[in-house]
Order: sequence, then C-alpha cells, then structure tokens
Amino acid sequence: MIVAQNLTKYFNKAIAVKEVSFSVTEGENLVLLGTSGCGKTTTLRMINRLIEPSSGQVYVNGKSILNESPEILRRSMGYVLQNNGLFPHFTVAENIGVVPQLLGWDKKQTQKRTLELLDKLQLDAEKHFNSYPHQLSGGQQQRVGLARALAANPPILLMDEPFGALDPITRVKIRQEFLNLDELKRKTIILVTHDVEEAFEFDDKICLMDKGSIVQIGTPTELLFKPANDFIRNFLSHQRLLLEMKAVKLSHIWNTLENIDIQSFNNGPVINTDQSVWKVLELIGLNKATQVTIYDEKTKQKKAVSSSNILNSLSQHRAT
Amino acid sequence: MNQQQNLWEFVVLQWDKLLSQTITHIGLTFASLLLAVLVGVPLGILISNKKKLANSVLGVAGVLQTIPSVALLGFMIPVFGIGTVPAVAVLFLYALLPIIRNTHTGITGVNESIRDAALGMGMTGRQILFQVEIPLAMPVMLAGIRTATVVNVGVATLAAYIAGGGLGEFIFGGIALNNTNMILAGAIPAALLAIFFDFLLSKIQLLTPDRLRKATLIFPTSLLILSSFYILPASEKSLLAGFEPEFMGRTDGYLGLKSKYGLKIPSVVISDAVMYKAAFEKELDVIGGYSTDGRLKAYNLTVLKDDKTIFPPYYAAPLVRNEVLQKHPELEQTLNLLAGVIDDSSMTDLNYRADILKQTPEEVASAFLKSKGLWRTPQDATGATIRIGCKIFGEQYILTEIYKMLIQGYTSLKVETKTGLGGTKICFDALTNNQIDLYPEYTGTGLLVILQPSPQEVDALISSREKVFEYVKMQFQKQYKLTWLKPIGFNNTYALMMRSAHARNLHIETISDLKNHIDTNE
Repeated sequence: MIVAQNLTKYFNKAIAVKEVSFSVTEGENLVLLGTSGCGKTTTLRMINRLIEPSSGQVYVNGKSILNESPEILRRSMGYVLQNNGLFPHFTVAENIGVVPQLLGWDKKQTQKRTLELLDKLQLDAEKHFNSYPHQLSGGQQQRVGLARALAANPPILLMDEPFGALDPITRVKIRQEFLNLDELKRKTIILVTHDVEEAFEFDDKICLMDKGSIVQIGTPTELLFKPANDFIRNFLSHQRLLLEMKAVKLSHIWNTLENIDIQSFNNGPVINTDQSVWKVLELIGLNKATQVTIYDEKTKQKKAVSSSNILNSLSQHRAT
Repeated sequence: MNQQQNLWEFVVLQWDKLLSQTITHIGLTFASLLLAVLVGVPLGILISNKKKLANSVLGVAGVLQTIPSVALLGFMIPVFGIGTVPAVAVLFLYALLPIIRNTHTGITGVNESIRDAALGMGMTGRQILFQVEIPLAMPVMLAGIRTATVVNVGVATLAAYIAGGGLGEFIFGGIALNNTNMILAGAIPAALLAIFFDFLLSKIQLLTPDRLRKATLIFPTSLLILSSFYILPASEKSLLAGFEPEFMGRTDGYLGLKSKYGLKIPSVVISDAVMYKAAFEKELDVIGGYSTDGRLKAYNLTVLKDDKTIFPPYYAAPLVRNEVLQKHPELEQTLNLLAGVIDDSSMTDLNYRADILKQTPEEVASAFLKSKGLWRTPQDATGATIRIGCKIFGEQYILTEIYKMLIQGYTSLKVETKTGLGGTKICFDALTNNQIDLYPEYTGTGLLVILQPSPQEVDALISSREKVFEYVKMQFQKQYKLTWLKPIGFNNTYALMMRSAHARNLHIETISDLKNHIDTNE
C-alpha cells in the first residue's frame, strides 16, 4: 500500500536520510526505530509531504504522492504528533472535527463521529466535549490527538513518537489501550519511536535506522535472532532478555516445551500459544501458580509447564 | 474646594464645547486607529514569514515612533495642509508600530508544533492563518491595539495645534491663558478616555477563545462607529475661522467677538505658527492675528475694521522689575533709547524680514539699529547680568535682540536672553519670580490678561491707549512692583484678517460686515 523508493533528503548539504526504501502492505504496521538524529522522523514526514524529498519517491496505492496536492494527501492520512499538537483555542470536539470540517462533512455527521471516538477512547463525552485541551491531563490530550487523527477514517495513520511526552506509567497504559483499539487494527500504521520496547510491542515490521540509512527491516524475532550486523546486536543488547521474552511466542518454543504433568491439566491457568513468553511468565507471577497449561490451536494439544521449563526452552531457542 | 467649584462652573458653561471636543477626540483616535489596524495587521502578517523584510519594516515604524509628535505634525502640514487629514495621518503613523510589531510577535510566537499539526491535518496556508495563527495571536495583537489606543488618545491632544480639534483645544488654550480650569476641562476627559478604552480593551484581551471569536467581529464594527464620531468642524459653504488658543480665551479675542458682535463663525483652534499660511492657502477664511505681523504683508491679508472696538490699541513697552532699575540706573536710559523709534509700518517690516525673508533676529536687529544710527559695538562686559525674556513669536525675538544689542553697546552689563517663553502668563510669572529681569509686553495684554479689571472699568479705559497705558503702569507698580518704561512707538493689537481678494469679493470691510454676511448666508 505504501512504497518508499530511495528516499533521500539533504538539509543544506548535510544528508539526513539516505536511500531509504521499504513497503508496507495494507493493515500492516511499520515501526521506524532508531536513536535521535537517525532520520526516522524526517522519513515519516516525507510520507505526508511535510518535508519534500531531495530525491526518491513515495507511492500510495501505486500512485506517486508528489502528483497530489499536499493538503489533499494529508487529509487522507491521520497524523499523531509527539506533543499532541492540539489547537489550544479549539474545544475537544472542534479539535477532533478539524479534518472532517476540512473535508466538508456536515455537522451532524461530524458530531456523531466525534461522540463515537470519545466513547472508544474512553473519554467522558459529556464532560470533555466542550473542554479546552489545557483542561485535560496529558494522557487525555494524547487520546484526543489520536481521535483527531482517526476522525475522518483515514486508511493510513502516521504517528510521530505518540507516547513520547507521557510519563512512563501513563505511556504503558495508553499504549495498551491503543493496541487494543479495533479501529487501529485495520489501519496501515507507520510509527516513529526511539523506544525499543515500544517498537517490539507493536509486534510487526520494525525498520531500524542509523545515520539516515536503514540497517535492517524485520520482525522483532528476526532482529533479535538474525541481526544483520553488530550495530543491531549492540542496539538491542541491554534490554535483550526482556525483548526476547516479549518477542518470542509460545508457539516458537512449543516443540521444546516439556510436559511435566499429563494428568492434571486443571491445575493452574490456561494460555494460548499465540501469546509471548513474557505474557505467560506474567500470568504465573500474577496467579502465584507453580504451573500453567498451554494450549496449541494447531495441534489441539495441551502442555502443563513450569516457569523453569519455559526459560529452558527460551535459551534453547536462542541457541538455534 | 474653590478650585473644584470653578472647574465645575467652567464645565457647565462650556458644556457643548466640551462634548464636541470629546467626540472629535474619540473620532480622531479611532479613525486613525482603524487605518492603522487596516494597514498594520496585514503588514504584520505579511512580514511574519519574511525575516529580512520584517527587520526593515519594524525599523522604519520604530524610527517614525521616535520623531517627536509636534515635529511630525509640522512635517505633515506641507503635505496635507491643516485640519483633519494631517492629524489623522500623524496618529496613524504613531499607532502603526505597536500594531505591526504585536501582530508580527503574535504570529511568529505561535508554537511550531501547533503550526505543524495544522499542516499535518491538511490545512492550506490560508486556513492556517485564519483558523490557527490569527486566533492564537489575537491576545498579543489586541495588546498592541491597546497600546496604540492609549498612545493615540494622548497624541490626539496635539491635533489642536493644526486645527484638528479635540480636547487639546482646552488644554493648550488653558496653558496659553494660564487657566487651570480650562486645562483640567481638557486634560481630565482625555485621561478618562485613555483609562476607559484601556480598561475596555484589557477586558477583551482576557476573554476565553470562543467569546474572543465573537468579540473579534464586534471589534471592527465598534471601531468603525467610533471613528465616524469625527465630524468635520467646517462645512463647505460657510466661512471657517482659525484662532490660536490664547485668542480663544480672551475678551479682546473670541469672547469679545461673540459677545459684542454676536459673531457666530465655525472656528478651529490652530497654532500661531501655521495660521497665516493656512489662511493664505484658503484652508481658513478668517483668522485672528496680530496687526503688526510680517506675514500679513507676505500673504496679502486684509485687516477687518474693528467697528465696535473690541481690540484696543496696545502700546508695546519693556516691562522691567523695579529692583533691577534701581540697581542699574543706566539700564532705564538705555532701554528708553528705543522709545518712540519703531512705528507700526517699521515693526511690520521688521517682522516681514524675519518671518518671510528668513533673516535671523540678530541680522534684523543690527540692521535696524544701524539704519537708525543707534548701533554701537559691544563693550567689554564686566557688570552684572541682565536677563531678557520673550514670548514665542517673531516680533518678541526681534525686540529682545534689539534690547540686547543696546545694553551691550551702551552699558558694561552682561546680557542673557531667555527666549520662547510660551504665552503671556509664563513670561509674566518668570518676571515676578525673578527668573528674568525684563521682557517686551503689550499694554492691552497687561490689562486684559493680567489685571483683568471689571467690564465697566475696561469700557471706560479701552477707547484711549494713553489711558490704558497710564492705568496699567500704575497698577503694575502698585500690585507687582514692575515698571512699564516708555512705549516703543508701534501698536500691536489683535485683528481679524481675511485674504484681501476674498474680502473684496464678499464686500467685507468691517467685522460687522462679516457678521452680516454670515447671518444672511446661514
């Protein structure tokens, strides 16, 4: 759906983005990950033409975006900014209604959509409909920012460090809410972040950038277990165990998992193999259980395992 | 307490004038403000994304702001003449800087991430300007308009110097006549206007965004209404008179014209410096000037005959502190060298040389003394210093120079001149307070402005200049210990003047003719 071809950007002769190419299919998420100054935000902003590339092309649904007027293009892409970028002189409802208004929706339709989004994003419509942004908490502001980006149902969503300005606790909470939103599951999302954990949580394609170039594009497990070079290995090294637990699914280690108790499956909670190692350990910890039952859809089999079984299998998986 | 009662009486008496001046003042302020907003806001927006242009535009507007307002008024006269247009032009220039600068600051101060969001949502440049930048800049822009309003209310008082009207008429008239009530009657409403509009605009600034949006609509409308307050003082058909502030308040001036002749002529207040030229350029039809003024000759103006004698003939004579005369007996002799020497036509001629031929008062004075054989080269000054004062018009400068040269030539006293001492009262107060030792004064002024006897007494005296001189001399000696020396010879009196051709066409020779002409043409 979105194809970037050899995107290059110079700022006064200094190169910011060098020959970046990638493609994102419909409904897929792409995370642009890297340290600050790596060119990830510049790359994102070339997709909605907030920055014009020095050379290279971006195609959306096969059409070059350079042939379209930038305003029309941007109205078809939701855009979430780091500092929410809400208009301080607009109410919550007016902020959410910005793009529908630009697209000429009628007022009733806009209002209906606004109420729907407020409900989905767990904002009290009665209380906040006519509030001004400064009357909301940081987390609420970010929700309104997302609602604004989603208002006109754009098929594409561009997010520039959307949780970057929030405190760590709010960040995790809101990120979880966002990931569980039905509307987001159908969107093609390009997200920029410097937070590796966040990138892994989106659990789709990650494009790791450094000094304006792509170092590797791949799934979290590919980055972890098949790193293209030492840069990636180093980049991921200090959170490695956590990232592995988050990236590796029970299905990946299903074969090496040892069934410790064939008879008593009713002992302890049950979990599916599409969950991560992190999730199952979290489940054990929360329930103070000694073992869990893992159910594999494909083979319709169950295994009862302890946390040491799981960690054993994980280290075997790492070795292969 | 007494002062306040008097002020109240003054206000009651001059109520209609006060009202019309206030309305004109508001009109002046807001007409110019409206223009400044119409020009300044778009200009401020235009330069907000052009850094180089911004620097030069703000620089020029800043320089304009530093020009003293009176000087700026002076610059406007050759371009726009007198009256409304130059006054509004000057106020417009003053209001421009705060409006441009605050618009520029407001727009450039909009948070970059908000502008970014607006772009990212797909707004066009115009939509960003009108929906995001201007609303967000509005409080800062309003602060600029607020500053401009307060500045304009103050500067608008100066419009009275060039027949622009407004509360300055009372203020400058009051200063010239040392009439505190008159000054206050102009100054208090002017200050109240400034405070009131400042308060009003501060309220608008504090409005919440949605109310501000409504206010933004109301604001230009009210601005238009307020600026329409500026009703021009003159209509096309009738004659327009221009009087300087002192003339307006004197019984041998405007007050006498009203009471004795019943003259009802639309009039504006204007500074003496531009009045004659304005008459010449047909901006004014009748002016109240001095009979010996050089510009009378230069601009071909005719003096209307004072058939009911409200303008008494005035002797001009040096007015000296007794103490100085006693200390330096040679001074009286020296000053009296000029007694009877300058007659009417030679004074007019001297004024003409200074005002029109642009000779300096020194040149005029020395040439005159030489022609009369009175010139002597200055002696070595070893004695005490004599301080000569003078009022702020040409004739007084020349007389002061002549006296200076005489004292330097005939005595060993040092001379210091203190020129340009505002109106009569300022000069007189300087003399009684030992700030100066002498200045040339006119007997009529001494009678009507300083002594202010009862109307009956004035009537008995006024027909004879000898009687006036004797009365004034006696009273000044008694009341102030000041001596009137011998008259210089010429008479200077107020007079009504018109352009010669104009007066001839309308068959106006006397002030009564003028009154009849106005009454029949009303």
